[in-house]
Amino acid sequence: MADKRMSLDDLVGELRSGMTIGLGGWGSRRKPMAAVRAILRSDLTDLTVVSYGGPEVGLLCAAGKVARAVFSFVTLDSIPTDPHFRVARQTGAIESTEIDEGMFYLGLLAASQRVPFLPTRAGLGSDVLRVNPSLRTVTSPYDDGEELVAVPALRLDAAVIHVNRADARGSGQILGPDPFFDELFLGAAERRFVTAERIVDTDRLTSEGPIQTMCISRLLTDGVVETPRGAHFTACVPDYPRDEEFQMAYVAAAGDPDRWVAFRGRYLDVDEAGYRAATEAFASEGAGSAAPGTPSREVVK
Amino acid sequence: MTAASGGSDGSGVSRAEFCAIACAEVFRGDGEVMASAFGTAPAIGARLARLTFAPDLVLTDGDAALVDGAPALGARPSELVLESHMPYRRVFDVVWSGRRNLIMMASQIDRTGNQNISAIGDWSRPKAQLIGVRGAPGNTVSHSTSYWVPNHTTRSFVERVDVVSGVGYERAAAAGPSATRYHEIRRVVSNLGVFDFETPDRVMRLRSVHPGVTVDEIVEATGFDLVLPPDVPGTRLPAPEELELIRTVLDPRALRDREVR
Repeated sequence: MADKRMSLDDLVGELRSGMTIGLGGWGSRRKPMAAVRAILRSDLTDLTVVSYGGPEVGLLCAAGKVARAVFSFVTLDSIPTDPHFRVARQTGAIESTEIDEGMFYLGLLAASQRVPFLPTRAGLGSDVLRVNPSLRTVTSPYDDGEELVAVPALRLDAAVIHVNRADARGSGQILGPDPFFDELFLGAAERRFVTAERIVDTDRLTSEGPIQTMCISRLLTDGVVETPRGAHFTACVPDYPRDEEFQMAYVAAAGDPDRWVAFRGRYLDVDEAGYRAATEAFASEGAGSAAPGTPSREVVK
Repeated sequence: MTAASGGSDGSGVSRAEFCAIACAEVFRGDGEVMASAFGTAPAIGARLARLTFAPDLVLTDGDAALVDGAPALGARPSELVLESHMPYRRVFDVVWSGRRNLIMMASQIDRTGNQNISAIGDWSRPKAQLIGVRGAPGNTVSHSTSYWVPNHTTRSFVERVDVVSGVGYERAAAAGPSATRYHEIRRVVSNLGVFDFETPDRVMRLRSVHPGVTVDEIVEATGFDLVLPPDVPGTRLPAPEELELIRTVLDPRALRDREVR
């Protein structure tokens, strides 16, 4: 029986520059941040990032890792937009593929089901078709004759999702209220990785939550990494909520080059253990500290 | 009636309360459909409709559940009575089935009902990146959609939006029958008035003016020619029971006054 446990370095070692990589979660919720931080420390570059975007998209853009972003939105939820992503778009630093949220879902579903496209009304009449000139419509072969958008399969070279629990063979358990589209990210990808708050014995999973929470089967995973607080600073309920103070610190630092250098040095140019230590120190400093990356509500506005 | 809740029109009803009533009216006549409402006035409006004239409306908790009753804005999760699981993947089943009525926000809206939440300026290298098109393209061709604009100016009400996210009447018609089949832009509610597209050529019409606002002010704040009926009514006054629900049950912390003054 295959043991799929690996380290973050092993995971990053499976990725190559130029790949199309899907990242699970939604907005600033249950993002595979530990894996993203490992990508930030690597020499990977020229990536196409496919995501219901949150801060990971901004961080990857700021580090120059992104050639193209495929997105419907990039948001921090409690803060409408990501500052680094805004700059990347406004300076023309990245190429963009912007599609409707439902089209995104159907693209992943088509790739998972190994069909070339799936039809939908979503996109008709909108500028999604104008800014993606390669998108085509398809006419129903039946009597209705409807003309619909043919959403092409969104095939991924690799995908990474973050879950609450997993076992060593790569079955994943999502204990929060929404599994988002994580299963489809894995289904759409060639190389499939799950990071988890905790890796537990398989017979523990049913005592962690009901069967419906065990929604990632090992049919969909090639590797599993234990990454405690691996979604921080995004939400990973019920293990922890979004770290709003830290997210504000991220946004404040991103708006100022000197503070960004300090933020990077303290939180990103360190390994995962160093990140956890630094964020714990940040939390114990509390509001009003003069440390780098201290939340500034002015900047957030 | 406190000074803080008093409006400039002498009714004692604040502008934010007129906005909430106008948003509630978007749901009038709806049966068992999922009401999705972005922004404070729409959130109050959907709940008010649910408690009064649209009792079968289905409300969401803003996360992954449908809720019973009409919880106050900012209610704690432990105060909610959940009635169904509604994760995002299932939301698309509802969207595409048409069993939904939505009020979204709009950074820009234009004369034919196009909405923009994607980017200001040229899409390929925008002056300002906004949140992204989100689900607006699919929503607008699948079920009734309305818009809430809390800051009505010539920058938000524009001749043509920069990036068509939500699809308006002209663009839907040009895209053909599959786009128009389930398309409806029901209302636009702003901090100044209420608008619809009930004109022969489906362009924006002033439907009502919030008491305390003049038609001239609205014309001045709009970046295109609105259709102006000969007599423009005032946005209706909330009934005393409705006002009571808004002030004491749905929004006791008066979050509405932070959105619209």
